[in-house]
Amino acid sequence: MADSITVEIPAPGTQPDFHFPPYVSSIARSPRQPLIVLPQTLSNCAGPVFGHSIINALDHDLTVQHEAPPVGERIIVHGRLLDEDGRPIPNALVEVWQANAGGRYRHRVDQGEAPLDPNFSGAGRTITDANGYYLFRSIKPGPYPWRNHYNAWRPAHIHFSLFGAGILSRLVTQMYFPGDPLQPFDPIFNSITDEAARNRLIARFDIERSEPHHALAYSFDIVLRGSKDTPFEGPHR
Amino acid sequence: MKLTPSGSQTVGPFFRIGLEHLYARGTDPTDNAETVTIHGKVLDADGNPVPDAMLEVWHAGKGGLYNALQSDSSHRPACFIRIATDDKGTFRFTIVRPGPVACAAQSQQAPHIAILVFARGLLRHLTTRMYFPDDPANDSDPVMQLIPPERRHTLIAQQNANSPGSFEWNVVLQGQDETVFFAC
Repeated sequence: MADSITVEIPAPGTQPDFHFPPYVSSIARSPRQPLIVLPQTLSNCAGPVFGHSIINALDHDLTVQHEAPPVGERIIVHGRLLDEDGRPIPNALVEVWQANAGGRYRHRVDQGEAPLDPNFSGAGRTITDANGYYLFRSIKPGPYPWRNHYNAWRPAHIHFSLFGAGILSRLVTQMYFPGDPLQPFDPIFNSITDEAARNRLIARFDIERSEPHHALAYSFDIVLRGSKDTPFEGPHR
Repeated sequence: MKLTPSGSQTVGPFFRIGLEHLYARGTDPTDNAETVTIHGKVLDADGNPVPDAMLEVWHAGKGGLYNALQSDSSHRPACFIRIATDDKGTFRFTIVRPGPVACAAQSQQAPHIAILVFARGLLRHLTTRMYFPDDPANDSDPVMQLIPPERRHTLIAQQNANSPGSFEWNVVLQGQDETVFFAC
């Protein structure tokens, strides 16, 4: 049997609404009919199990995928994947993608002025360890312009895709950097209207984990929906 | 004390670079099981195709159990398909035809697949289902019964006339015949 997972209904403002007009692309792509509420007994299904074999040893290091190092400020992004009870989620697939240091994605749709970096692809993946811990090495992505409104710029961010215990735990989000002056102007960041919840998408600068003469570190814990109600399972905390 | 789940953010327009390593490539034939191919479009409020959407299909296997989702020998998890729409907003994937689903005990559910929809413009992913046409189990399906009758057809695929294993099903994000999406 699949483990029994329960999820809480998100507190108001802690998740974005589908229809959020300041983010113009949401207007024609958001449902207007009420969502049908599914009891968890009907929707609560176990998720895919990704073996370590889909990950190569250096997939977590975005700075060694080419002949030379990429341009940019070297960073370490690390943290823990947790469930709603604060328990670590081990063996979970974490996928990331990002712009290069100049704010350009290696994607044919991105025709921005900033140059591509021949030494940066901007994608990585890893699997959390037994303590729910993950670590990526990369370069700090640049902010970039977009067409949402006049003089619109996305704050620097890294996209994260996460799998947890089941379908209800699935999450795609973005990690932001502390002190970025563009955050107050960004409709995507501000679609999370609860300030505390919004600020939890900002990584914490981590001087302790930074490596002298090599890289600055940022710590970013991610909480997925769901908590196990199997009462006899392993040591908690 | 419960922790608040992290907020969702859109996949944006450039997700392919990070997520395509798991895109389904052609059919994954599994021991001659009956397969079905599902194709369709993702459409916006104006009927325009959405060329930057991604679907994740979570489906039961032959035995009808989601919890059989294990990595197979090809290092890809069985019962999970990720696929992006193309420039015309179309998608196509092939899976083993699912049986009735007994998800989390209690109630038997009609054969269906669970689908998550991601796209630029979607700040959170959407959750929906696709059922097969003319399955008598649809009428007693406990999820179908939660849906107003006039909207149920949006979850039922159309069988292609000359190809019994081929089904068409569209995802309509908004407007006339808006697909039923679930909060769960």
